[in-house]
Amino acid sequence: MEIFNHDSNIPFLGMRKYSIAIALALMIASIVLIATKGLNYGLDFTGGVSMVVDYDQSVQIADVRDALAKGGLDHAVVQTLGGTREVSIRMQPKDDPGAVAADGKVNLDRIAADVTKMLQAARPDAKLKSRDYVGSEVGSELRSDGTVAAVFVILGIMAYLWIRFERRFAIAAVATEIHDVLVTLGILALVQREFDMTVLASVLAVIGYSINDKVVVFDRIRELFRLARKAEPEEILNRSINNTLSRTIITSLFTAITMGALYFFGGPAVHGFAITMLIGIVVGTLSSIFVASPILLWLGVSKKDLMPVTKENPELARRP
Amino acid sequence: MSDFPRWKYALVALVMLFGVIYALPNAFKPLSAVQVTANRDAPPIDASVQQKATAALAAQHITVGEVSVQGDHLLATFANTDVQKSGADAIKAALGDGYTVAFKLQSTVPGWLTAIGARAMPLGLDLQGGVHFLMQVDENDVIDKQENSYADDIRGLLRDKNIRYESVARNTVRGQGIAVILRSADDRTKASDAIANEYTDLLVADGPSTGDRFVLNATVKPDKLRELSRNTITQNLGTLRNRINALGVSEPLIQQQGDSRIVVELAGVQDPAEAKKLIGATATLQYRAGIGYAGDQAAQDAARTGNIPPDANLYYMRGSHQPVLVSKQIIVTGNELVDAVSGTDTQSGTPMVSVTLNATGAKKMGDFTNANIQKPMAVVYVERVTETKMVDGKEVRTPKITESVINDATIQGAFSKQFQTTGLGSQKEASDLALLLKGGALAAPVDIVEERVIGASLGQDNIDQGFKAVLLGLALVLLAAAIYYKLFGLVADIALFFNLVILLAVMSLIGVTLTMPGVAGIVLTLGMAIDANVLICERVREELRNGSTPHASIRAGYEKAWSTILDANVTHLIAALALTTMGTGAIKGFGVTLMIGILTSLFTSVTLTHAFTALIHGHRKLKTLSV
Repeated sequence: MEIFNHDSNIPFLGMRKYSIAIALALMIASIVLIATKGLNYGLDFTGGVSMVVDYDQSVQIADVRDALAKGGLDHAVVQTLGGTREVSIRMQPKDDPGAVAADGKVNLDRIAADVTKMLQAARPDAKLKSRDYVGSEVGSELRSDGTVAAVFVILGIMAYLWIRFERRFAIAAVATEIHDVLVTLGILALVQREFDMTVLASVLAVIGYSINDKVVVFDRIRELFRLARKAEPEEILNRSINNTLSRTIITSLFTAITMGALYFFGGPAVHGFAITMLIGIVVGTLSSIFVASPILLWLGVSKKDLMPVTKENPELARRP
Repeated sequence: MSDFPRWKYALVALVMLFGVIYALPNAFKPLSAVQVTANRDAPPIDASVQQKATAALAAQHITVGEVSVQGDHLLATFANTDVQKSGADAIKAALGDGYTVAFKLQSTVPGWLTAIGARAMPLGLDLQGGVHFLMQVDENDVIDKQENSYADDIRGLLRDKNIRYESVARNTVRGQGIAVILRSADDRTKASDAIANEYTDLLVADGPSTGDRFVLNATVKPDKLRELSRNTITQNLGTLRNRINALGVSEPLIQQQGDSRIVVELAGVQDPAEAKKLIGATATLQYRAGIGYAGDQAAQDAARTGNIPPDANLYYMRGSHQPVLVSKQIIVTGNELVDAVSGTDTQSGTPMVSVTLNATGAKKMGDFTNANIQKPMAVVYVERVTETKMVDGKEVRTPKITESVINDATIQGAFSKQFQTTGLGSQKEASDLALLLKGGALAAPVDIVEERVIGASLGQDNIDQGFKAVLLGLALVLLAAAIYYKLFGLVADIALFFNLVILLAVMSLIGVTLTMPGVAGIVLTLGMAIDANVLICERVREELRNGSTPHASIRAGYEKAWSTILDANVTHLIAALALTTMGTGAIKGFGVTLMIGILTSLFTSVTLTHAFTALIHGHRKLKTLSV
């Protein structure tokens, strides 16, 4: 079975002015979104208290909010957790003054007891399933750790591609990576999806996924350059994208299938992870096709730069 | 026709077998169990305790799987967590305070599997419920104690050397050291030399001098401070371990995280109050005059009859539980102890602990030991736990104090500031004693900066959903690959299935704790592992289109795809590596899973599929390929 015509020769490079312009526009829009709307940081980052409450029968979010407001917790954030019987409640410890000691120590048990009391006053079938407290300092550290990890990934990949391929490939890959991460974060900021620890893990995994995609195209570009007698860069790049197009899309589809399964069946704990990964797969696939190669062309890649590495593939080198 | 060497077939078969065997333990669901251990003053676990427990369970009509004595503890297994809970309550009520009753997950992996080191992956808290604490050690407290102690010492030193000073005080900013103010430049030089000679851990520098005030600054060297904070963490870890063992949680995780944090995870515990109480306990030490030695006749008699001399307390030795009589006279307390280090006695070559006291402690110790050579001295460890109870809607705090003797020894000669405790049984005993001494004296207070309580039902939900997601993700990809690549797809399917098996096997063997992010990592690995096969299949198709023969196409397909697969996986591996460097548990678990998955998928997607392809196509003449 084949979905894609293997002889396809879509002039992807021909549209490079438009594709790069769109990529740039998306990046700028993402930066603006992240700067203005901001990411909806979860408990792991902001610190605070979070509780998961289970009801025997389905419950309306508004009713939960009312019950909490009656108890004096107007600032609590209430969200459903997949289904209609489970809700998550997020708040800052200072909202429940009785539970914070004079020295700033937070009594999570007290908060949990207070909240349970408030909820059960309205609905006796409310049951507390889990409760978390995260200090604000821990959260801000996680944010900086995450940034460091992202920078480490990008530099590590750049170094590897620099050695295995060539400088221009490394730069093109990293530029596209930054685009992918920014646009993924931009979409998360746009839809205000909660950004917690698993989403951070997912964003870092998106970097890994999308670099995978780029490397496959780059590998083909290197191969075609070495094989071609007369290497017109634009044509070679275009052929590489077309040759690998089927693989790029099939792999994306397969990975998307598993992430879809995770989203629909994995439960609320991995929702954020799966949805971020899905966004990342779409962004990464599109950028592999439309963004990475135009940057490479613009950086001026040529047959000459790729030839000296004959040791690695003596068979290819013997050919005329 | 086949160019696939025999040894590679053997390797593939071996790895597949390895995967199946070592992944197998995960298929055995552990039983909910209750573990009973005897506290120090209670009679040990034996058949009578077993009968009592069984009778208590029978009286309340609780169905129990098996009640058995295993070494020093009793184990009762139950059908599910609800029965387990009522069972634990019944046993606790029947046996009383002398025994610790704790929840446990009892492995049901057959003996032959455990014998070859195969075991199931431990489940993270998000999969089995429990409490998680992240604690921060108050390092400021360590600095405070050190600087205060040095300030005392400097005062004493200057007095001893007859150097007149105006004041010795800590600088207002913490960590900025101690300011010594002297009356002349000459005194300052003398003081500076004396301090530098006596305390090598201090940096001494002249400060600004105005009129007749000559300032000398003494700061603790950064190296020493770093060493101190490292020690503080080790001490706190040790102290916490001791205290949490008293809780009776079967497999507590107590681990250092970063420079100044400690993670404590207690699986199965649903009420964190008890644990928090222990964590918040404060301990102190008392060096006291001894009356006898552990287990001697007087102590035995006192323990039996309850007739304790009026000037003495009857305590028990920590560890051996032998009774010992100790005088009520306190020589020095833990507040006066500066350091305790374990080492080897240079004269006798036996393990010892070297203790350093501060100036006031040294004076008291000197006076006491001078007058009491060849008499016993004991170290009493006092632990204070505050229990909070609600009485008539008001919080009533009652301190509960437990005292035990951690060491008794004979005073061999007069000593004051620094002395050694020798005659310890082993190096481990020495380091334990040093830890306890410091734990009772120096350990900085810990603050809970993160606390998570995960309900047992949430854990079960996560297991069910995670399992479903993995299976469905796998099934869908298997189906898609088989439809799209036909026979080659089926071979890739076998590889993908074994990738999951081998991934589980490696994770189990290393002992990676399975968490929800880890499950997400497994699902993601499944999705991405198929990529290598897509690359190979697409290459083979291309070669066929270019007019190569089927066999040549297979060979070229694998050869040409290999360099791409390698590059793609190495870059992906770099990304996974970065995830594992993140200090936080959840992300780390995900990163480790991803990393192992990338490595196993390299093997299954390339070598394993090649073996199967060669096996299927190798010895036949082929006109076409089903790809």
